[in-house]
Amino acid sequence: MSGRVLVGVKRVIDYAVKIRVKPDNKGVVTDGVKHSMNPFCEIAVEEAVKMKEKKLIKEVVAVSCGPQQAQETIRTALAMGADRGIHVEVSGKDYETLGPLQVSKIMAALAKKEEAQLIILGKQAIDDDCNQTGQMTAALLDWPQGTFASEVSLEGDKIKVVREVDGGLETIKINTPAVLTADLRLNTPRYATLPNIMKAKKKKIANVKPADLGVDMTSRLEVLRVDEPPQRLAGVKVETVDDLVGKLKETGKI
Amino acid sequence: MLLRKVSQSSALCGTIRRIPPVLSGGQRQVVAAVQNTRLYVSQAAEAVLEKTAAVGSDAATKVEKKTAAVESKSFAVSIFKGQIATPQVFPFPSVMNEEQEQFLRELVGPVAKFFVEVNDPAKNDALEKVEDHTMEGLKEMGAFGLQVPADLGGLGLTNTQYARLVEIVGSHDLGVGITLGAHQSIGFKGILLFGNPAQKEKYLPKLATGETIAAFCLTEPASGSDAASIKTIAVQSPCGQYFTLSGGKIWISNGGLAEIFTVFAKTPMKDPKTGEMKDKITAFIVERSFGGVTHGPPEKKMGIKASNTAEVYFDNVRVPADCVLGEVGGGFKVAMNILNNGRFGMAAALSGTMKGVITKAVDHAANRTQFGSKIHNYGAIQEKMARMTMMHYVTESMAYMISGNMDSGASEFQIEAAISKIFASEAAWTVTDECIQVMGGMGFMKDPGVERVMRDLRIFRIFEGTNDILRLFVALNGFQNAGNQLKSLQKAMKNPLGNAGMLAGEITKRAKRKAGLSTGLTLQGSVHPDLAHSGELTVKAIEQFGAVVEELLIKHGKKIIDEQFVLKRVADCAIDLYAMIVVLSRASRSLTQGHAAAQHEKMLCETWCMEAHDRVMQDIKLLRSGESKQLFNNLRAISTAVVENGAVVCPHPLGF
Repeated sequence: MSGRVLVGVKRVIDYAVKIRVKPDNKGVVTDGVKHSMNPFCEIAVEEAVKMKEKKLIKEVVAVSCGPQQAQETIRTALAMGADRGIHVEVSGKDYETLGPLQVSKIMAALAKKEEAQLIILGKQAIDDDCNQTGQMTAALLDWPQGTFASEVSLEGDKIKVVREVDGGLETIKINTPAVLTADLRLNTPRYATLPNIMKAKKKKIANVKPADLGVDMTSRLEVLRVDEPPQRLAGVKVETVDDLVGKLKETGKI
Repeated sequence: MLLRKVSQSSALCGTIRRIPPVLSGGQRQVVAAVQNTRLYVSQAAEAVLEKTAAVGSDAATKVEKKTAAVESKSFAVSIFKGQIATPQVFPFPSVMNEEQEQFLRELVGPVAKFFVEVNDPAKNDALEKVEDHTMEGLKEMGAFGLQVPADLGGLGLTNTQYARLVEIVGSHDLGVGITLGAHQSIGFKGILLFGNPAQKEKYLPKLATGETIAAFCLTEPASGSDAASIKTIAVQSPCGQYFTLSGGKIWISNGGLAEIFTVFAKTPMKDPKTGEMKDKITAFIVERSFGGVTHGPPEKKMGIKASNTAEVYFDNVRVPADCVLGEVGGGFKVAMNILNNGRFGMAAALSGTMKGVITKAVDHAANRTQFGSKIHNYGAIQEKMARMTMMHYVTESMAYMISGNMDSGASEFQIEAAISKIFASEAAWTVTDECIQVMGGMGFMKDPGVERVMRDLRIFRIFEGTNDILRLFVALNGFQNAGNQLKSLQKAMKNPLGNAGMLAGEITKRAKRKAGLSTGLTLQGSVHPDLAHSGELTVKAIEQFGAVVEELLIKHGKKIIDEQFVLKRVADCAIDLYAMIVVLSRASRSLTQGHAAAQHEKMLCETWCMEAHDRVMQDIKLLRSGESKQLFNNLRAISTAVVENGAVVCPHPLGF
């Protein structure tokens, strides 16, 4: 197989940031908060770049949907080795309700437009933990899917994917074009080095709007409330095993 | 000793003789001091003194020309004249264009990530070297060639961009910071600043990738602060094709790793005028591969253990004439410029260090309960946290003010740069010390990592010009400029009728100052109206400072250079005044732009100015009072007695 790979890269609140809920309980605070590329998307980029380095594919295109700042995330992908970027500009109200369905419609439209032969996405994003975009994209395109990939090898026009399933690994062989989603153990993503970031400045990022792709951005979901996880309550110390058993019985745990 | 040297210079004596007889003795001395401080300052600064022989008549006339030259734009220079030069301090510099800012934004994340995920400061400290895989990662990262032009394989960063990245390094690992800094801030900075195109093309690409490491070789066993006394010697071959370099350098950062050395050595030269042979300092690029270059084992140190420090020996190294950096005999200027250009980086790195330890202190203060309450609720802790925050704010403001000035092409920032090095190294020490205090016993333990920072920080008050020498540099550089101004005043007095306007103005200014009235100096229009009071405090302090500088010049004349007790206090005032102006400038910008934290910054600025004003006034009062003489005499006598006794003098209170 030789051709073009689309990689989705999502801009999320950095994993090390302590998340705070907005006072109106409609979302989390994002202003002035450090953002970075979703770690699973990094793994997806790494896998695509490795394929390109092995000359198994010709071009890696990084796609991100979001406001202006999404370009920073694309730049990171370009610094890691992607060839060019597509920024699908989604802002304001549309960005607030942007979910897996809208993104998968965009990815599907782009896959057709770009004549991509492979789409690699992270298995899920660390902000909404949806784990749906890859599956939905495959469905919309009617392509085979290899989700939760921990090992990928291209064999002619087929792809062997080792999947992380409950209780073990599953190996499947699927046709191309296909959609893959990256699991944690697929690879260790490289660091974007400063010289590569500099070189990435010369790479192009195309700007498109969902409307240009004919994608309807309406969402049927409404966020009712966002709450912080309950605070862990203070425990009690017990002197003996008997006390422990007694307490557990008291609280109806055993 | 210096004075003796200077007095041997016939040219200078000539200048002094040329002083019009209308001047009183005191004034005459002032003029002489002007001539002398320039030399002494140079020595005090980098402690690389051009030999007196260099002070031919050319140099003397140059000094005179400079006197008449355009007004300095440097704020620090101006306050010594009781003036306020605002161009470099207001508004707070904003020098990056959109593309530079965007690029920097992209760099910050990966660098921070590397230091969090790959670099292990505790392990580097324990191993007494930067771990191999970290070193390799840093090279790939491009961290060794931050300011090398892009077409020579570096990142071509501006000083401001560089500052932002070394701030990250400083917040994580000062040992790595020194490894990187010794390489690019001083190791090969000379090639960047003074190298010819061929030298740049030959060396910079490999240095930028870290394939070769650089080191800066100035210090010798008998030559520390007084770098003019170096003994390493480079003798030119009769054919002129090469120099033979011999000597030993000590405490060289990266000395055991480097392939490329910037070496300072004496070169015997014939004076074109007198025909006499004199030693002048020349800078050389020396490759280890030239042969005859060896190094000692890594030194055992208190801190920055991860960085390599070693002795480097040059045994009849044959250095091609192509490797002279700058001009033969011009090494003094090379050394001076390298160090001047690197100091802001130290302030930037240390502001990162402070930010890091403040986060640790905050974490402890917010979570530690004693007497039934989180300890941050107690005034004793609150005062510490507040002071730590202010010191960080000042340091950070200085670092980016200076890097901004440098990026916009300022040439006069050496006093400011020296101030930033002094302030940053002392503030970082205090902040870290207080962080440990806030953390109590926990801070003293190795695990939280603050004790390592404390050890690492100690050297910053010593190297690249000790803070003591830099204080002399700040004060004497200022006195020199103030002296120049006095001198033109004296010239005007030669023709009082022709200069009546100017003289009347100066006389009124002095009369007003004496009466404690404003001389019309103001920061209105520069400072945000909400900070008007802090602005006024600063103006008042500057007026009094300018006055006391003039009084001291007239009182001590050329002997001012020997008055180190006085000079230290004058420098302290200048440091406080510069700190006041940088926070005024930055807080004003935040208020004008309506930053979210603007009110907090206003509070930092006001608090800082209140206390700094009092400190400055206190120092000025002491300098003016007769008590200071008594105090300084006492201090001198105590020291002399102890030195004579070889230990403390007093008998034990128990008698044995």
